[in-house]
Amino acid sequence: MNKSSRKVMSFTGGIHPVSEGKKLTDTHAVHTAPLLERYTVLVQQNAGKAPDVVVKPGDKVLKYQLLAKASGFVSADLHSPTSGEIAGIVEVPGPMGVPALALDIRSDGEDRACEIFAPIPEWRSAEPQVLLQRVADAGLVGMGGASFPTRVKLSIPPGKKVDTLILNGAECEPYLSADHRLMLESPCRVLEGAAIIGHLLGIQNIYVGIEINKHDAIAELERFSEDYGIRIVPLQVQYPQGSEKQLINAIVNRAVPPGGLPADVGCVVQNVGTAAAVSDAVTLGIPLVERIVTVTGKVLKDPGNWKLRIGTPVIKAIEFCGGITAEPSKLILGGPMMGFAQNSYEVPVSKNTSGILLFSRRRALNYSSGSCIRCGRCVQGCPMGLCTCLLATAIEGGRYDLAEQNHVMDCLECGSCAYVCPAHRPLVQTLRLAKAEIRRQRAAAKANGGK
Amino acid sequence: MGINDRVQEKSSVRLPDAKNLVLSSSPHLSSSADVRKIMLLVIFCMLPACGAGVWFFGLPALKVLLLSLFFCVGLEALWCFCAGKPVWGTIGDCSAAVTGILLALNLPPGVPFYVPLVGAALAIWLGKQIYGGLGNNPFNPVLVGRVGLLIALPALMTTWSPARGMAENYPEYQAFGMADPALAAGATSAPMELTTCATPLGVASTLPAPEAGKNRFEKIDNPSMWKEYFIGRQGGCIGETCAPALLLGGILLVIFNLINWRVPLYFAGTVFVLSGIVHFFFPQVTPTPLFHLLTGGLLLGAIFMATDMVTSPITGTGCLIFAVGCGIITTVIRIWGNYPEGVSFSILFMNALVPLIDRWFVKRPFGYTRRRREAK
Ligand code: SF4
Ligand code: SF4
Repeated sequence: MNKSSRKVMSFTGGIHPVSEGKKLTDTHAVHTAPLLERYTVLVQQNAGKAPDVVVKPGDKVLKYQLLAKASGFVSADLHSPTSGEIAGIVEVPGPMGVPALALDIRSDGEDRACEIFAPIPEWRSAEPQVLLQRVADAGLVGMGGASFPTRVKLSIPPGKKVDTLILNGAECEPYLSADHRLMLESPCRVLEGAAIIGHLLGIQNIYVGIEINKHDAIAELERFSEDYGIRIVPLQVQYPQGSEKQLINAIVNRAVPPGGLPADVGCVVQNVGTAAAVSDAVTLGIPLVERIVTVTGKVLKDPGNWKLRIGTPVIKAIEFCGGITAEPSKLILGGPMMGFAQNSYEVPVSKNTSGILLFSRRRALNYSSGSCIRCGRCVQGCPMGLCTCLLATAIEGGRYDLAEQNHVMDCLECGSCAYVCPAHRPLVQTLRLAKAEIRRQRAAAKANGGK
Repeated sequence: MGINDRVQEKSSVRLPDAKNLVLSSSPHLSSSADVRKIMLLVIFCMLPACGAGVWFFGLPALKVLLLSLFFCVGLEALWCFCAGKPVWGTIGDCSAAVTGILLALNLPPGVPFYVPLVGAALAIWLGKQIYGGLGNNPFNPVLVGRVGLLIALPALMTTWSPARGMAENYPEYQAFGMADPALAAGATSAPMELTTCATPLGVASTLPAPEAGKNRFEKIDNPSMWKEYFIGRQGGCIGETCAPALLLGGILLVIFNLINWRVPLYFAGTVFVLSGIVHFFFPQVTPTPLFHLLTGGLLLGAIFMATDMVTSPITGTGCLIFAVGCGIITTVIRIWGNYPEGVSFSILFMNALVPLIDRWFVKRPFGYTRRRREAK
């Protein structure tokens, strides 16, 4: 197959955000952060239930030692990023804007590791159950943003058949380049992880979708992909290319039904970072305690990609980048399109922190919303095919029923609509409001019905 | 709080107070597009038509253009001032300027100053601000102004001056009610508005019944006349005569992604096909479809007015229905109606249907199959 003339895949809708942000960091090789004196490791770093803490203040812990045990099916183990003492269980500013519980670990400076899991170099002959157990033991969660426990994602519900594994290397969020650097610098870890997940699920069709602006990463992965029997798929640079439904649509041309899961169309999607972590957990026996984070923004002296341990406070990451050159007006964890604004520099890095962004005053946008000129750009840009402006108007008028009828619940909250709106209407924000309200109403109706 | 302080002490970088960080819901980026830029681009796309209008109709046309622009912006400012709305913020979005220019393009050249004044008041106040300003108006403000004038001042609104070069190049000038070219040539120094003519559509609607065996429209509807009409040598509103300038503007609008290209295409296409069918079966009833395409306000309406963002449907399907509807109504009015021209009325009528079209023809969201939707 002629690689250069392949079709570049994509989905319908979507937008093309400014590409300037990626240039700040995409040529910066990943640095490993020095050991810190103190880590504040959030107890809950996974979607679902918080794990049960198994250590007490005063305990001595070693690196990789279990700190908290999964408390149910949708939960994930948590391990220590370094060796030292548990100084206490404290409340720190959480990444979702509310205070969260964290383990305050004082490093002893030795960084001694405890006994890790037995490596499984011969995973090709291993039982899927063993591999799945390892994924759970290593505390893996989706590292792209949702931090859904990987074990759950890899346990296919009975009755569903999956035949395709898609690795998400799109990294469509502006400014972020952590996945890009990961694919470029450790292509074999990513591919091996993909192959392990494929083996675990008994899947032969494995794809890695990458936006074509990362052509060096595509070339690097292609050097090795044939050994693993994995196909690399170049994707159009288009946001939100990395959203599960859009990615599946672009690569295998299947449409996940509304309210459905990728498994409904026989697909499993994993982030490339998660795949690399799976590879580490299986072939090296290491649990997930660090990740690559893009620390970026024009106000930083030296933006870059850093391998940070979980529990690293944001302020330390800023310090690694040489501090700031101008006053930041906004701090965001995650990408600029879907990340969360913070009001503290003490927020710790967790398993799903893909980026730390500092915006200057100019970038820290204040919405001064005008009236809709019905230009239709939000409708063109919506990857879910929603008539966003009409939905928002209905919601502003209090017609949640009309919004629900017109599929507001299918909104991904990707933010494309608000990005393109020339009147700067807070579209996705309005839709979020309605979604929360409709969910509340449904829950209330259910509770009433149960009586 | 205690912990925060301890860490802050040890930290080597000084950061301003985290309390000053802006908190907001994602997305944290927005495109650089804004309403003013869009309106300025629209004005840019109208420049060829303005230029052509001034070239063909001379200084009176320029006067109408500038007056209309001035009155629209001024009256919008006045309204905002009286209504306590931000004046600069409102005229700063440049939508009144777009209305002003577009209104002038829809007026006959050489109308007295109070025509653009009344038109601007109708367009800006009755057409737009009364509904709450930009974005809330159901009808195209320009057309509200134009139709209002047509009803209020019918004589002035249907008095046309000949375009530059018409007298010399029209073999059948008498058919258009024009003076003898020799006379006209002798009177080049006389102000242009003194001479008048009729529009091709006007002539077509008043032609006497045909003699046996002769085509009724022969004199005004033949290839050499088509050429004249195409380049803009015809009587009409300032901006509606010159097809090349309008097409150029339309192409620019499409390139800048300001309009849905389907609307002008389906609008003009519908008129072309329908009038073609009628002409084919009843050649004495209506001229050729090409005549319909090149005369009157069809191109101006299809390219600049039916595509007005605020008053056209949101979705592609909606636009299609809207455009075809405009085309049908225009053809019906032109062939069987009392007015020679039907573009303005058809667009206004379809404007009224837009909320319904928007509600009936929502897009099918991602992942819904036709069957699934029926099952619901
Ligand atoms: S992008 Fe903004 S102005 Fe345009 S139709 Fe949507 S909401 Fe209205
Ligand atoms: S946030 Fe929702 S409505 Fe807006 S573009 Fe994304 S999916 Fe569409």
